[in-house]
Amino acid sequence: MSAAPLRGTRPAQNLWSGVLFGVGLIAFIDEAVFHQLLHWHHFYDLSTPAIGLVSDGVFHAVSWFATIAGLFLLADLRRHEALNWQRWSGGVLLGAGVFQLYDGTVHHKVFGIHQIRYVEDVFVYDLVWNLTAAAMIVAGAVLVYLTRSAAPVRAESPAR
Amino acid sequence: MDATHAHSGGASLDALVLFVAVVAVACYLGGVAGSRRRGREWPLSRTVLWCAGIAAGAVAAAGPLAAAAHESFTGHMWAHLLGGMVAPLLMVLGAPVTLALRTLDVTPARRLSRLLRSAPARFVAHPITAAVLSAGGLWLIYLTPVFEAMRTQPLVHVLVHAHLVAAGYLFLAAVIGLDPRPHPPGRVLTAIVLVATMASHGILAKFLYANPPAGLDVLDVRAGAQLMYYTGAWVEAITIVIFCAQWYRAAGVTSRASRPAGTRLERA
Repeated sequence: MSAAPLRGTRPAQNLWSGVLFGVGLIAFIDEAVFHQLLHWHHFYDLSTPAIGLVSDGVFHAVSWFATIAGLFLLADLRRHEALNWQRWSGGVLLGAGVFQLYDGTVHHKVFGIHQIRYVEDVFVYDLVWNLTAAAMIVAGAVLVYLTRSAAPVRAESPAR
Repeated sequence: MDATHAHSGGASLDALVLFVAVVAVACYLGGVAGSRRRGREWPLSRTVLWCAGIAAGAVAAAGPLAAAAHESFTGHMWAHLLGGMVAPLLMVLGAPVTLALRTLDVTPARRLSRLLRSAPARFVAHPITAAVLSAGGLWLIYLTPVFEAMRTQPLVHVLVHAHLVAAGYLFLAAVIGLDPRPHPPGRVLTAIVLVATMASHGILAKFLYANPPAGLDVLDVRAGAQLMYYTGAWVEAITIVIFCAQWYRAAGVTSRASRPAGTRLERA
């Protein structure tokens, strides 16, 4: 690696910056769109109180930190000219997808903290929710796989 | 409860809080003047932040907001957010210890720095200790008779708020403090403690939403709990931004220092 240009390196940081931001982004969308705009589900839908309170509180804290820390890692990559947008986007999709799948399966189904929406055929909503999550995971995994080598991808590199 | 008695007690307590606040601002301004006299300017922004922090802490403990805090849970929560979160944040950004070390004469400045380096001070200022004092104290307030006493007795209200301001200051000084620290804790540990404390705050907010304290209006408690959750989250977001920005800047200094000038972009 001694002769490799700085540009396009740091594959792990590109990935983690994206994953952190993705987790925070999807948690933010969930809270803003589904809790606050649509009112489909809420702040606290009582079912199993202890686990519900703790897991939701922890996730709120983690997602806040992840969003901001992910963006600072992104700034650090740009500062070192090591940013690979494709790999970073792959990380975002992966982080968002895994979080949404966790929310859709563990939060909604295992713990029963809340459901996506309180209607008769919630299965349809669950299906769309979790399929969207799976699609994001697959797309993110593909992007991360394609950018697995630290090769530079930015076209404007003057060295080549 | 005897309302007239509480009122007269409240008035003298208000005066006490105001006195402490004026002293805190006066000492700081004296330090700024002293620093300038010795030819070193002190940033105006820090002065403004300190004064705003003291004002926020005083408003939470005395005056109309404190009175409202006895009437409604939502009012109580505004006082809690202002005194326990906003005031310490602003005060920490005022860097009072740096100002004191810069302004004091040699002997008292040495004493102060020896005090700050002492084992008890280091223990109390450690992020984990400070987090337990701050977040743990909050749980105690709401899960014990302290909360009821705080609502009905002005003196307890002021004491609890003094604790909230002090514990909040200690915690934020440990996480995003600008003042010199002889043995700074690791950033990863600090980040974990910060996230855990935020989680504790969010969990307590939801706990209060689900289990309103006895004798309070349920809707009022729910409004207050949501205020604690969402407004608290914004103050926490500001704290995270400052924490990450400090880390980002420190990492930039390290990476510049570790490479010879002019070679930064050519070789890893």
